[in-house]
Amino acid sequence: MVCLVRKLVYLDNSATTKPCETAVERINNALRENWGNPSSLHGLGIKAEQEMNRARQAVADLLSCRTDEIFFTSGGTEANNIAIMGAVNARRRRGKRIVTTSIEHSSTLETIVTLEKQGFNVVYLKPDRSGVVAKEDIDKAITSDTILVSIMLVNNETGAIQPVKAAAEAISRISAPAMLHCDAVQAFGKMNLNPSRMGIDLMTFSAHKFHGPKGIGGLYKSKNVKIAPLTYGGGQERGLRSGTEATPLIAGMLGAIEELPDCDKQLEIVRKLRDYAIERLKEIEGISFNSPPDALPYIINISVDGKKSETMMHFLESRNIYVSSGSACAKGKGSHVLRSMGLSDARVDSALRISFSKNNDYEDVDIFIDALKEGIKTLRSFK
Amino acid sequence: MKEVILIKYGEMALKGLNRSTFEALLIKNLKKALKPIGEIEITRSQSTIFIEPQSDEFDFNRALEKVKKVFGIAAFSRACVANKNIQDILKKAEAYLAERLKEIKTFKVEAKRSDKKFPLTSPQISAQLGGYLLKRFPHLKVDVHNPDEIVTVEVRDFGAYIRAGQLAGAGGMPVGSGGRAAVLISGGIDSPVAAWMMAKRGIELCAVHFASPPYTSERAEIKVRQLLEKVAEYSGEIKLAVVPFTEIQEEIGKKCPEEYFTLIMRRFMMMISERIAKDNGCLALITGESVGQVASQTIQALAVTDAATEMPVFRPLIGMDKEEIVEISRKIDTFEISIQPYDDCCTVFTPRHPKTKPQLEQIIKAEQALDIETLIDNAIKGTRYSIIE
Repeated sequence: MVCLVRKLVYLDNSATTKPCETAVERINNALRENWGNPSSLHGLGIKAEQEMNRARQAVADLLSCRTDEIFFTSGGTEANNIAIMGAVNARRRRGKRIVTTSIEHSSTLETIVTLEKQGFNVVYLKPDRSGVVAKEDIDKAITSDTILVSIMLVNNETGAIQPVKAAAEAISRISAPAMLHCDAVQAFGKMNLNPSRMGIDLMTFSAHKFHGPKGIGGLYKSKNVKIAPLTYGGGQERGLRSGTEATPLIAGMLGAIEELPDCDKQLEIVRKLRDYAIERLKEIEGISFNSPPDALPYIINISVDGKKSETMMHFLESRNIYVSSGSACAKGKGSHVLRSMGLSDARVDSALRISFSKNNDYEDVDIFIDALKEGIKTLRSFK
Repeated sequence: MKEVILIKYGEMALKGLNRSTFEALLIKNLKKALKPIGEIEITRSQSTIFIEPQSDEFDFNRALEKVKKVFGIAAFSRACVANKNIQDILKKAEAYLAERLKEIKTFKVEAKRSDKKFPLTSPQISAQLGGYLLKRFPHLKVDVHNPDEIVTVEVRDFGAYIRAGQLAGAGGMPVGSGGRAAVLISGGIDSPVAAWMMAKRGIELCAVHFASPPYTSERAEIKVRQLLEKVAEYSGEIKLAVVPFTEIQEEIGKKCPEEYFTLIMRRFMMMISERIAKDNGCLALITGESVGQVASQTIQALAVTDAATEMPVFRPLIGMDKEEIVEISRKIDTFEISIQPYDDCCTVFTPRHPKTKPQLEQIIKAEQALDIETLIDNAIKGTRYSIIE
């Protein structure tokens, strides 16, 4: 018997992950049974609020913080916007300088570009060739009139871990008036995070990157800082994010957190899988690695000599294998992350991102490697 | 107050004995375009088409948007219908035009009388209505040379029609009056504009798109569909053929000199499009080429491409600059779709140094390395059809 249906090999988990069963069940339950408005004073409302509180507690447990430091938003983009605009508005009398990196997610970069147009001085720190911003550069960039430092923890294209702690240390050493914002979307649920110990004031997370639903995420905001909201209304989320809470999605996020494996153990499992993938990729001629060796092992970024990213991606897709050509948010455009690492156009145009989740196994890697080899053999090269 | 849409046709009125065929076609196209808006009745008399809504709920603004995109119309307007006596004309004009007349300072009245049995002459109607409106709207002044608004009264067989100004129609000829042709559509800025221009001349459209997965993305095809939907707002439904092209591109890449790649590929596109065109009753091909835009669009290259087909190839953009093409694409709302970054159809295969002055004999010689018949047959066999509305 020939098996006609190819196994789905999903290796694009940094774009989004498959929602887990518990998440789907909890969403279902919230829509079918527990559909009250958490602001209502009656029993239905209270029941919905309780589910939401459980979710808040689950997030707070993961971040070793208080529940009143967690604010739900529609996802990473909104959380980044609230954090950046909020911090700058709160501190604008104390300085004009913003420090960030050139490899942030577009929801951070575009927000900061808008502030730059309004007259703020922005420093965009560039990474080295391995994709990591140097501690010394961060140190030097933070001055006594810096009001916001925004640095992501794990880069979404390369997995490179950024020295966010260095920013916290620099801020406290010179007592800069800056709030420290950290986009931790790619790290949440995958690394042990303790924002207060890391000196982070504001931290962004998003549920669909850890097997929860899309449309929900949130912001950790330290109780020690105050920021103003961007939208006004019924005062939900302690006034920071008005609008009836998306209880089904919040319940779904709770389900996803309940199913998260122990993150250290899972990290070791994925590290072995990643190391195996790298070993096998090294069998192939013309592969170069764009992720640093000490990147978060969930992401491998490679370039395939002479093969256009999109072409290879579509070829793999025809074999039911899904990877990404750069980040999903930048459909078609060449990666600004790889470019600012100083990689050549040829490297950027032929980049592929393979990103793992707890659902992947060695068979997935083997199927991917075999198809990649086939693609390299059959696809025409570009010049 | 009863309202209608009046439609005046342009160059169609010049046609002799064929005129009623053209009129019938225009009415058919109007009916199709207005079907989603609501029930209407269409009549024609004296070089004018009258559209009468059959319900009070009829959304005139949406209807006018649709009419604006029907080819074969020189001008159109929304008008109010009055009884054929001067008292009713004066009353209705006052009520119907009040809002507009309050906004302006100067006006003039133009009257046309095609019903010569009406007791007043055209100048008499103008004078009476002008005088009446001046009395009712004291802020107004008459300016016969450069008025802010022209109020028009047309006294016709079945009533008097009152309107303020009129809108320019899409021009051209009713789609279907010029036969069928097949447009080669890539997803770029040019081909939808070319398709639109030929539809404007009354040509009914088929479209041929070449897909080369995995070198091109599914999104490129979706984009082509979106573009054709925009064109179809003017041209009516379009039959789209999506031709699998990967095998042909790979074969050319493997077996032919690199410098000829694009030209041989374009010749294949012509040959396949011709077969598809014939299968679908098309009499010509349409492309978005313009001289000198890229290496494959030099005169020499176009000659080599043309030689691949016996059908006439229409290139309505041939003498246009990119900016002129972009301007039309913005007007017909295809620009924003065209610039989505998914097309780069064949960048993988694009030669570094394409031949700009190719010679046909050399190309034909290069093509001998390929089994042209089988390649084309395979492509035709794999072609998928769908209707874009």
